[in-house]
Amino acid sequence: MSLNRDQINSIAHLARLSLTEAEIPVYQDSLSKIVDLVGELDAAQTAGIEPMAHPLPGLAQRMRPDVVTEKDYHEQYQRNAPQVEAALYLVPKVIE
Amino acid sequence: MHTLTLSELAKKLRAKEFSVTELTKSLLSRIEKSQPTLNAFITVTAESALAQAKVAESTLASGDASPLTGLPLAHKDIFCTQGVKTSCGSKMLDNFVSPYDATVVEKLSAAGMITLGKTNMDEFAMGSSNETSFYGPVKNPWDLKLVPGGSSGGSAAAVAARIAPVATATDTGGSIRQPASLCGVTGIKPTYGRVSRYGMIAFASSLDQGGVIAQSAEDAAMVLGAMSGFDPRDSTSVDTPVPNYVETLNAPLAGLKIGLIKEFFEKGLDASVEKLIREALKVYEKLGAKLVEVKLPALPLSVPTYYVVAPAECSSNLARFDGVRYGYRAKDPKDLMDLYKRSRGEGFGAEVKRRIMTGTYVLSAGYYDAYYLKAQRVRQLINSDFKRAFAEVDVLMGPTAPDVAFGIGAKASDPIQMYLNDIYTIGANLAGVPAMSIPCGFSRDLPVGLQIAGPHFGEAKLLNVAHAYQKETDWHRRIPAAFAKEVL
Repeated sequence: MSLNRDQINSIAHLARLSLTEAEIPVYQDSLSKIVDLVGELDAAQTAGIEPMAHPLPGLAQRMRPDVVTEKDYHEQYQRNAPQVEAALYLVPKVIE
Repeated sequence: MHTLTLSELAKKLRAKEFSVTELTKSLLSRIEKSQPTLNAFITVTAESALAQAKVAESTLASGDASPLTGLPLAHKDIFCTQGVKTSCGSKMLDNFVSPYDATVVEKLSAAGMITLGKTNMDEFAMGSSNETSFYGPVKNPWDLKLVPGGSSGGSAAAVAARIAPVATATDTGGSIRQPASLCGVTGIKPTYGRVSRYGMIAFASSLDQGGVIAQSAEDAAMVLGAMSGFDPRDSTSVDTPVPNYVETLNAPLAGLKIGLIKEFFEKGLDASVEKLIREALKVYEKLGAKLVEVKLPALPLSVPTYYVVAPAECSSNLARFDGVRYGYRAKDPKDLMDLYKRSRGEGFGAEVKRRIMTGTYVLSAGYYDAYYLKAQRVRQLINSDFKRAFAEVDVLMGPTAPDVAFGIGAKASDPIQMYLNDIYTIGANLAGVPAMSIPCGFSRDLPVGLQIAGPHFGEAKLLNVAHAYQKETDWHRRIPAAFAKEVL
């Protein structure tokens, strides 16, 4: 199967990735090959087989009690933020 | 002292043949000297290592030491380390200083181990050659023109070159075992849920598992025991006791049933690698083990299954990198969408973008059932294959990788060729079972790894089986010529 330019652009948009012009044919080629590779799964007989989401079946993910366990670390965490003002993360204007 | 294993180092530190500071300084010097050629490290934490060494010296003197006190290690740069850059091999996190320690880091520091630094890796652990790192490829210590494997290539190269006696690593599709095989060291990926994933930067959450790359099974047993265990901060961590892996290392192998995975000895396996694997199996027969051939008919579908499941989970996990809260941010964004797209487009490398897009595609409306659900069903078939096999045999054996290390650049332009390097390792991740790779000889002067897999929580048996082989052979004690001398 071959993916076209529009499909690559649409996937990149859904994934919120900007691509350069030069990258588009590269991903067209490699993603098409990957889609062919995963197409091998079609041959497997899977009728009645339960999909497996977790490698340890029967061990459901735990829930924890709904209590506060974390302290307020926002100052430490925001030291890694590109732009902060008054303890708020700054982004380009979203409402005119 | 660089040629000594952890247990030997521990003895000599206690006998005061050298101090923790002397040992740490010697390794830091080896790291510094090898960095221009090997490129195994992203960050070296010399100052804090020497401070930890001082603390370890007083702990040893006070008699409160743990078996690991004063032993140096390197952490794969996927593990968060408080106050230290944690890049995950990516431009995206080049400026990220972790505000907290991963549970693995916390546990090993609490055991008295000295952190020498953070090892280089494929970007976000996506790669089998270490060529996708933002910090440049790691070289294979046996031949600097070759790749060390990946994604834990820095950890494997560091241990192989004896610039770190042991290192942490992670394995999503073979990232501990394949580089261990290509670099001639011992690597173990434990059962999913055995080691906490808290503070281990997520790639594919149902597959990722932390482990160890060491010089021997005995060393791996020492470190794995200290880093394993239940962690309430990881919702997939399993609350089951951690056995003492060192105590059972010398259990006799008489009567052990070894299953040879039939599908692994068919097309694609290099003949010289196969010969070495068969010779290793003979050593096991001599030790009293019985070999039986087992069939895992769904296993050949593990690569396509993985390349649906892993990218799907990756596209979801890596959605957090938005250029807002941490990580790389594009210059002068014209609006919020531009900020997201360019921060991610410029911050991620080519392979990471490929996997995010693959995952986005297989999860998108209209394709979910055909790809993602289908892959999850095949994953169940693969899991059943392993379950059936372990009802018959104690461990499974086969090659870790289809061939020895390949040249830098040789497979970089063809992602499918690169993906196929993990053909023998991915199955264990899909089934969540523990697996390891141990050196079993050399072909064309390059190391070859034997893979051993066991049932869920069978780490003690794997380490026992590996140790028995390492008592009979010395492949794991071989050191690449360029790194043989104490002072580099």
